[in-house]
Amino acid sequence: MINSLFLINHSGDIFLEKHWKSVISRSVCDYFFEAKEKAVEPENVPPVLQTPHHYLISIYRDKLFFLSVIQTEVPPLFVIEFLHRVAEMFQDYFGECSEMVIKDNVVIVYELLEEMLDNGFPLATESNVLKEMIRPPTILRSVVNTLTGSSNVGETLPTGQLSTIPWRRAGVKYTNNEAYFDVIEEIDAILDKSGTTVFAEIQGVIEACVKLSGMPDLTLSFMNPRLLDDVSFHPCVRFKRWESERVLSFIPPDGNFTLMTYHVSAQNLVAIPVYVKQNISFFESGSCGRLDLTVGPKQTMGKTVEGMMITVHMPKAVLSANLTATQGTYTYDLATKVLVWDIGKLNPQKLPNLRGSLSLQSGAPKPEENPSLNIDLKIQQLAISGLKVNRLDMYGEKYKPFKGVKYVTKAGKFQVIRHDWTVFLACKGKP
Amino acid sequence: QQQGPGAPMSTNTLYNDQGGAEAAVEVGQESTPTSSGTAAGFGLFSTDFKKNEDLKEMLESSKESLKLEAMKRIVGLIAKGKNASELFPAVVKNVASKNIELKKLVYVYLVRYAEEQQDLALLSISTFQRALKDPNQLIRASALRVLSSIRVPIIVPIMMLAIKEAATDLSPYVRKTSAHAIQKLYSLDPEQKEQLIEVIEKLLKDKSTLVAGSVVMAFEEVCPDRIDLIHKNYRKLCNLLVDVEEWGQVVIISMLTRYARTQFTSPWKENNEKAFYDSEEEKKDQVEAKPYVMDPDHRLLLRNTKPLLQSRNTAVVMSVAQLYWHLAPKHEVSVVTKSLVRLLRSHREVQYIVLQNIATMSIQRKGMFEPYMKSFYVRSTDATHIKTLKLEILTNLANEANISTILREFQTYVKSQDKAFAAATIQAIGRCATNISEVTDTCLNGLVLLLSNRDETVVAESVVVIKKLLQMQPTQHCEIIKHMAKLFDNITVSMARASILWLIGEYCERVPKIAPDVLRKMAKSFTAEEDIVKLQTVNLAAKLYLTNSKQTKLLTQYILNLGKYDQNYDIRDRTRFIRQLIVPNEKSGALSKYARRILLAPKPAPVLESAFKDRDRFQLGTLSHSLNIKATGYLELSDWPAVAPDQSVRNVEVIEPVKEWAPSVGKAKPPKQDDKFYSDSGEDDHEEEEGEEGSESSSSEDSSSSSSDSSSSEGLSFCVCIWVNIPTFGPVKSHELLHHMTGKGLSARYHFPRQPCLYQPNMVAVQVTLTNGSDHSLEEIHIGDRSPASLNLHCFNTIERLEPEASVTVSMGIDFSDSTQAANFQLCTKDDQFSVSIQPAVGELLMPSSMTEQDFCKEQGKLLGMNETSATITLAAENSSSQSLSKQVLSVANVGVVSSSENNIHRFAGRTVSSGALVLVTAESRESSTALLTINTDKSIMASMLLRDLKQALAQA
Repeated sequence: MINSLFLINHSGDIFLEKHWKSVISRSVCDYFFEAKEKAVEPENVPPVLQTPHHYLISIYRDKLFFLSVIQTEVPPLFVIEFLHRVAEMFQDYFGECSEMVIKDNVVIVYELLEEMLDNGFPLATESNVLKEMIRPPTILRSVVNTLTGSSNVGETLPTGQLSTIPWRRAGVKYTNNEAYFDVIEEIDAILDKSGTTVFAEIQGVIEACVKLSGMPDLTLSFMNPRLLDDVSFHPCVRFKRWESERVLSFIPPDGNFTLMTYHVSAQNLVAIPVYVKQNISFFESGSCGRLDLTVGPKQTMGKTVEGMMITVHMPKAVLSANLTATQGTYTYDLATKVLVWDIGKLNPQKLPNLRGSLSLQSGAPKPEENPSLNIDLKIQQLAISGLKVNRLDMYGEKYKPFKGVKYVTKAGKFQVIRHDWTVFLACKGKP
Repeated sequence: QQQGPGAPMSTNTLYNDQGGAEAAVEVGQESTPTSSGTAAGFGLFSTDFKKNEDLKEMLESSKESLKLEAMKRIVGLIAKGKNASELFPAVVKNVASKNIELKKLVYVYLVRYAEEQQDLALLSISTFQRALKDPNQLIRASALRVLSSIRVPIIVPIMMLAIKEAATDLSPYVRKTSAHAIQKLYSLDPEQKEQLIEVIEKLLKDKSTLVAGSVVMAFEEVCPDRIDLIHKNYRKLCNLLVDVEEWGQVVIISMLTRYARTQFTSPWKENNEKAFYDSEEEKKDQVEAKPYVMDPDHRLLLRNTKPLLQSRNTAVVMSVAQLYWHLAPKHEVSVVTKSLVRLLRSHREVQYIVLQNIATMSIQRKGMFEPYMKSFYVRSTDATHIKTLKLEILTNLANEANISTILREFQTYVKSQDKAFAAATIQAIGRCATNISEVTDTCLNGLVLLLSNRDETVVAESVVVIKKLLQMQPTQHCEIIKHMAKLFDNITVSMARASILWLIGEYCERVPKIAPDVLRKMAKSFTAEEDIVKLQTVNLAAKLYLTNSKQTKLLTQYILNLGKYDQNYDIRDRTRFIRQLIVPNEKSGALSKYARRILLAPKPAPVLESAFKDRDRFQLGTLSHSLNIKATGYLELSDWPAVAPDQSVRNVEVIEPVKEWAPSVGKAKPPKQDDKFYSDSGEDDHEEEEGEEGSESSSSEDSSSSSSDSSSSEGLSFCVCIWVNIPTFGPVKSHELLHHMTGKGLSARYHFPRQPCLYQPNMVAVQVTLTNGSDHSLEEIHIGDRSPASLNLHCFNTIERLEPEASVTVSMGIDFSDSTQAANFQLCTKDDQFSVSIQPAVGELLMPSSMTEQDFCKEQGKLLGMNETSATITLAAENSSSQSLSKQVLSVANVGVVSSSENNIHRFAGRTVSSGALVLVTAESRESSTALLTINTDKSIMASMLLRDLKQALAQA
């Protein structure tokens, strides 16, 4: 399936190559560079490319291209999903996924890649299994290894690899047994200038950190599972029990993992926690403009909104911004034309405001598109959908674990756009 | 089997186990000095000349740590793509190192360079051959991995041998590796296909979820056309799919999609009644309504893949989606919508592929995605290719009801700073206008407004689209043409100018005043125009000459003269042609008569259609679909067969079926975990299984069923037994454990489910059903003290709460130690304790054992004399037939049927659960409804008790 992998940095240097079948010359990447050149932005490079003899499937993340070379038909998502797993594995092992860290740990990277694929087909992609075969680097271990000559490589096959639950290793032991679940919800929304919701939905994820000894079998139930419209699970969750009882029953992996992601049904009205009053205008003459933004809380269920940040992608013609913020700080990046206003905690008594003038390139025509705003925010101890965990039960082990659930709401893709209602396409359906 | 005689011979020469291996290492050392010369030669061209020299020294040193350091640096070189091949001789010597990390790095090196250094690579082969016999499965597997990755044709026979051996290995991990090796060998030497297919056939029968994905992958690569190999494994694959690892799921689902299209009839026979039956699952309702009945196997596939839509792996979700698209009845396909839309939250690259597939789907099935229209709204942060695809989908989804919303959305896109995207939006508006006649005018007006846009690309694109729209209904639109003619002076994009000229020419009779004026202007600027504009000018001139020669004759001639001397030969050609056509002279008489009909013929309006229109000729989710071109190795999805092929090919023979009454026979399998998948396990019955699997221990007496593994027994015996997937709930006799009167409302009944016990193999599985007959809920129901105290009992987990009228079934395991002595224990609630006891019938202390008649007779021969108990009995009339006789025996004892060549002799085999002693039962029916019952076992007490029970069962009605 996957023939070769090339890791390419932002500036187009191939800094690692790995082949699982016959060696393919790195000149194959030239086709990719051509496409990259054409796409200008790295995000715009098409993920699937065809060359005379090969197919190239690539992903771009963390400022790196993971480029795989394919020779025959394969579901492209299979490769894409795998490449993302590789990147996640690096992240997991080294704390970050960057060119420097990969170069520093090139041997471990190579050993990992060797274990993850055999003949281009995934062999072991579970973090728990891999970590038993190849131990992640720690300072202590590298010191010990140099002194004793012991190695990072496991000598026996991880038990997980053989069992029907490859995600969990056997013989886990903790003195403090604990299971924590974070319910994180993101609001995706598009609001128009008047604050009307054009589109809004909630995407949630339950991140778990489970450190339990032995083979615990957990059951997590919700107060209001009906809220959940669409779900996807970690393979450990028994789907049949979800279908019949709407509870999550699973033998958890050891450590951190994503238990489930969900989507809250569209029928439920999505509470929009903040509103933004905005006025950005450019004058026809004098090459300048005005900006006036005010933010206030809307439906926050009595909780405080933190980490407010507003990002505005200004039209190309905007040269500089001279603004005053009543709260927080703002920056305007001249190169990318991005205005960032970092507000912080939202005080309902004194609404933050940012206003001032924008200067435009002289002679440039009045920008035609009004910029849209992207909003970031965070609300602790609140799942905006109202989802509540009812209880967590453990079977199969005798001890009593510590249990905890935390709720956080964040802004996902939260945009305020300025529709111009002086419409040219006034559609009324029938004439 | 006949392979070329050369194959075994070359095996012998290389396959020189011990002695040869040592010799090989020696050769390796000898060859070092000679090859180091060549290495130096290489070095001249290598920038790392010095470095590699000292690497070589490090590798030759006796210190393990130095060697490891050297190998790490070499791997660094390989990773960077630097050539390190000259180090081969020095590296290959360390292939047998004890240090596992060093060894692994050497493997990495070998696999990378073996193809280039074939002769030297051969030196390492014997090491791998030895490692293939290592007791550690990880070492066996990695030896096979490396051996099969060394792409040296000369070792093909060795690889073949290793693969065959590994395919019968006891460790599923090794078998998985062998499935991967099959593909490697096939790509190295396609000649081996036939032999490899045999191995694939064997591995397809494998019951391990670990192997399934890999072997199907091998099947797809080596012999995708051998659909017949799948028949017998079809149901098994469907059933274990949920528990296969994610990557295997993708491959299996894709293969099964292809399979199903060859084996089942189309569920798409259109019948509108069907649409009313939107009930998710069963087709019961439809059965009476229509003659089509879905094959149960077809349904099985659909049912078993559906849960995978909830997978976290996007590739799995996509593969299920495409399976439903290609296989499910039309009204069921929409179950995949939600999941596909969910994938749009994933990484950009995932979105790209999913959107492509949705684009194809949405052309045929608008309804599927219409409720999710807003998910396809473009965001300013989307990448260009994502934006374009979303636009495509929105356009596909447009209909009378939602068009106004979509157009409102589109108008924000037109203002996008990404001009390529704005242009694509205008095209999309054009498509909406052609598809939905209600909005044609609105769109047209909107586009005309865009003509005064400041951005050139927007204007140009609008002109092009307007041109297409006008062509469809030119009559009412002379105003627009006039407007465009006015704008003409300000438009500089040549494509747009050309389009306007063409429009004016085509409809010159509708704008009789303007057209000649435009031509006049063009005559002035002709020489400065782009080629396409010039061509259209010539066209315009010709058309005007035909319709309005009075005003334009001179202009036309002037333009034709300019064209005659143009630098571009196309324009010169065109000019010459037009002149001959329209200006009558003596030579051209014949054609010029038709000039009007040629130039002013009514032209068909262009069809604006989606770029994804014909994409569905490719299987969704494939690379070919994504590229819209047939990729190498793409396997066509066949059309549904008109008549379904034989369905019975998928039936799996029961080991020895008793006609019509098969149930409890099937599970002729030792008490192992193989039969149970994670997804099936309930909350209280899987704690032990992992431990068991991990240690690969126990059940060494199972050799009766697996015959092939005798060669490589290393004390490990992971059972590769054949079992049959018919659930084996024998005759369930339920016994009272606790009466509700004595139990203060709590009543309990138990039965023996006759399944292998999941907790420990020497336990008998017991299922207890607890019912609360009282009017208050009972709490903390659990098992308390037991007697004898040594009783080995696997308790069920404490039931926290049992509501009134509720009942719950729990399973427990009891080790009866092969005796019918009752197991006594206390059943406790929060407030009370009740002593209860379970008394097993002797037949429940057995497990079925499968064996051939031969084995049976052989074993029976060993258990004669003291170990034989027999009696003649009179059969009740109902039991005289051989079927009912078997049935009665099976109801009494949990044994397996042994096939018998004699009609009147019935043989049954079992083992005691606790000690695994064989129990052989023979029933020989004789005249006048008598029968001779013989039991051979060394558990003589059990034998007599069993005989008593059997006698009773067979004698009574």
